[in-house]
Amino acid sequence: MIELEEVAIRFSGDSGDGMQLTGTLFSDTTALMGNDISTFPDYPSEIRAPQGTVGGVSGFQVQFGHKHVNTPGDYAHVLVAMNPAAVKANARFMNPGGTIIYDQDAFNEKNLRKADFKTDDPFAECKLEDYFKIPVPITSLTQEALKDMGLDNKSILRSKNMFALGLVCWIFDRPLDYIEEFIRSKFSKKPAVVESNLKVLNAGYNYGMNMQHMTPRYIVNPAPIEPGIYRNINGNHATAWGFIAAAEKAGLELFIGSYPITPATEILQALSERKDLGVKSFQAEDEIAGITSAIGAAFAGDLAITTTSGPGFALKSEALGLAVMAELPLVVVNVQRGGPSTGLPTKTEQSDLLQTLYGRNGESPVVVVAASTPSDCFWFAYKAAKIALERMVPVVLLTDGFLGNGSEPWKIPSMAELPDIKPRIAKDPATFKAYARDSGILAREWAFPGMEGFQHRVGGLEKNIAGSVSHDPDNHQKNSEIREEKVQRVVDMVPDLTVCGDEEGDVLIVGWGGTYGHLISTVRELRKEGKKVSLAHFNYIKPLPRNTREVFARFKKIIVCELNMGQFASYLRDKVPGVEYHQYNKLKGLPFTVKELKESVVKLLEE
Amino acid sequence: MTEIKHTAKDFKSENEIRWCPGCGDFAIINSVQRAMAELGISHEKFAVISGIGCSSRFPYYMSTYGFHTIHGRATAVASGVKMANPDLSVWVITGDGDAMAIGGNHFIHLVRRNIDVNLVLFNNKIYGLTKGQYSPTSDRGFKTKTSPYGTIEDPFVPGQLVIGARGTFFARSIDNNVKLGQEICIEAARHQGTSVVEVLQNCMIYNNGVHDEISDPAFRADRQLILKHGEPMLFGQENNKGLTFEKGRLKVVTIGENGVTRDDILVHDATEEDPSLHLALINMQLPDFPVAFGVIRRVPAPVYDQELTQQINLVQKNRKISCMDELLQSGNTWEVTAKNGAADESRKCNKNEYF
Repeated sequence: MIELEEVAIRFSGDSGDGMQLTGTLFSDTTALMGNDISTFPDYPSEIRAPQGTVGGVSGFQVQFGHKHVNTPGDYAHVLVAMNPAAVKANARFMNPGGTIIYDQDAFNEKNLRKADFKTDDPFAECKLEDYFKIPVPITSLTQEALKDMGLDNKSILRSKNMFALGLVCWIFDRPLDYIEEFIRSKFSKKPAVVESNLKVLNAGYNYGMNMQHMTPRYIVNPAPIEPGIYRNINGNHATAWGFIAAAEKAGLELFIGSYPITPATEILQALSERKDLGVKSFQAEDEIAGITSAIGAAFAGDLAITTTSGPGFALKSEALGLAVMAELPLVVVNVQRGGPSTGLPTKTEQSDLLQTLYGRNGESPVVVVAASTPSDCFWFAYKAAKIALERMVPVVLLTDGFLGNGSEPWKIPSMAELPDIKPRIAKDPATFKAYARDSGILAREWAFPGMEGFQHRVGGLEKNIAGSVSHDPDNHQKNSEIREEKVQRVVDMVPDLTVCGDEEGDVLIVGWGGTYGHLISTVRELRKEGKKVSLAHFNYIKPLPRNTREVFARFKKIIVCELNMGQFASYLRDKVPGVEYHQYNKLKGLPFTVKELKESVVKLLEE
Repeated sequence: MTEIKHTAKDFKSENEIRWCPGCGDFAIINSVQRAMAELGISHEKFAVISGIGCSSRFPYYMSTYGFHTIHGRATAVASGVKMANPDLSVWVITGDGDAMAIGGNHFIHLVRRNIDVNLVLFNNKIYGLTKGQYSPTSDRGFKTKTSPYGTIEDPFVPGQLVIGARGTFFARSIDNNVKLGQEICIEAARHQGTSVVEVLQNCMIYNNGVHDEISDPAFRADRQLILKHGEPMLFGQENNKGLTFEKGRLKVVTIGENGVTRDDILVHDATEEDPSLHLALINMQLPDFPVAFGVIRRVPAPVYDQELTQQINLVQKNRKISCMDELLQSGNTWEVTAKNGAADESRKCNKNEYF
């Protein structure tokens, strides 16, 4: 057995081959064994693209380790390829000298042509000659294992992902119990499906055991992780749960108005499951009804949220302005994806930052926060709700496809350790006025229909303090300034920016949102090499942390790394001027790689 | 429970009404306020939600909770209000532009879901607030600033949309008949589900007289059929004209002519589930037919907000997870003990604090 510090495995096949499930089950098993993990599902936007083609390849990468794992890995050490197209699509994601386990039955003439290979040697064509290749007749062994079950061929082939999973479990010394239990409970009403899947799973595992002479076996020891109870969670589920926690803490009911959109849909689904906790989920007729129904629920006293991705966020713009004007507590989640327009629905990007900050008519300030790992989507959803409810202001939470779909182990918090949330519910009808404010935080009070004595009107037109329409020029100037200042004063809820690495040095990497894992890995590796590089990672975009300028001033050079063309850099040039901001930008629909980040920082160090 | 007694005056706000003098909206707000006073619902439980247009200034003139939202979206906002608090009496005030054009999608989906809100649709067949452009309910050929040679499109008939969207309540009123408006609004409020009340409304400035043919006091008895559930469909100066149903079509007949007797006249059944006859009544137009008013359709059906509450209650009755802590601990979890290795703070200390 070969002991490894960390391994990245990529499961890859047709979009109908069940690779997402295979990857997820392997990841969960691995997390249960005490490894730290980070996952990255990478799939096409077509549900079933033409079988066997490169466009239809669906992949799932998981990195797990004996130490902390912050990214799913730039490159895979092991590729599981169910067909030739999977090899072609993933050759560029392979670690030099890596291992390729492939279904040799699927590497036939027909599939090679479908994947556009010119010759009969796909590995040579992809320059993968020096890689360690393990051909396994997955299809025929699956058929063999199920020959007595009386199933049709189509049903039999549906189980071949379980063969691959069993084999990989053997190679990496993972027990099958968790997976077996999952299959039993998922298909509890279809005993034949349970039986066939378990048979094939074990056949794959036993195949590895029997063929020991040709399959290497690895061990990755558990990681040193802070003691506690853990679970595996992805960003979209963490987001959903953060809001349920916030509603419970605030003593309010939770309402979500939303419209399905990749890659945000899972938040709506996760909340729709939680009727047991009283969550009211509303699948609206469109994005606009998603946010406007939420605004209605906020007006009527619920913790109200809406969830979307870039194109949907654009459609919600006018309504978000209404929430700004009506000064209602509302959280909008934008799980960013590649744009513009429909763009790259299943791929990640950070290109909605300026849309979020400025993409509305009029002076329309909102609070903007961004989560940085799958599990801290929980914390920032919670925090976004806290800010919205305590400051009577719309908050936008930015996550992205990488965080939303990616997962990691998460130390489960208890509700007792979460800070209080105190909604600004009006108490005295005698003094209540719709737009009367606290002089410190500038927030108005929240009174909703059903509360006796607080009847008032709000709306999109500019108002006077009582909530009546006002076209008074001075009033509009004053209110515009107040709305902006109210958002700025949220800074007292924003913790100071933390520097990872030394407090001063040659280069400060600046990032925000979902790139944290790649940026911190870059900083760690460069520091191991003796470079004076640190990271300042932003979760609060508007307002910025108080100490931002002070942190920037302690470094010789600053490089802002983002998955867009420099949106945060240009925002910083405006808000923290007088600093030279270098940039590293990427727009490929993919996360950063640590390799490319290191190269750009080293280049900057040498300049 | 003490009996709640309100008068129409209780629903008037201190804001000065700024509709044009003579506008049909004044009469409509009067009928709504009178209806609200009779409902026995506590004042703070009313929420009046509007979109954009002349009629949508309505909430400012009401002393209830009010929300003047954005163009076309009042229906969606109101849906959220009702789901957040099903105890409220939620009213949507909208116009032909707001509900039939920019808000068409939300309108049909509100009706389809049958959320328990009352929608009053002011239909003046014109865009007034933008100073006189044709609307989706304007008649073909109508000349306005944006159709100087006449429109080349057919209008929506709001009632047809309601039927098409499987609506459970549709009524039609007219601005100058405050009493009818009041009665209809009371029925609308008592109906469980989405109640659509179309009010034919006159715009003095940009479409004056649009409904005169129907409302002219000299002829209205012959031109208006005011439907009442359970009563024969009779109209006319002498109340001797009526409707029969022959060969799949409605027909206007006169009692005493061609052997027609009172017994031949159709009796209005607003609660008939089959919408065919309701649709035929909605479609009646001058000059061959009178225009139908009153509650045309009022059928019971599952109500979205009630179903939502029931579903939550049902799930909660058998729930395994009853609070967030239980949810967090549910499913696949595992314990990491100190012997897995030294506690590593690197993950934590390298990140910003959450709070």
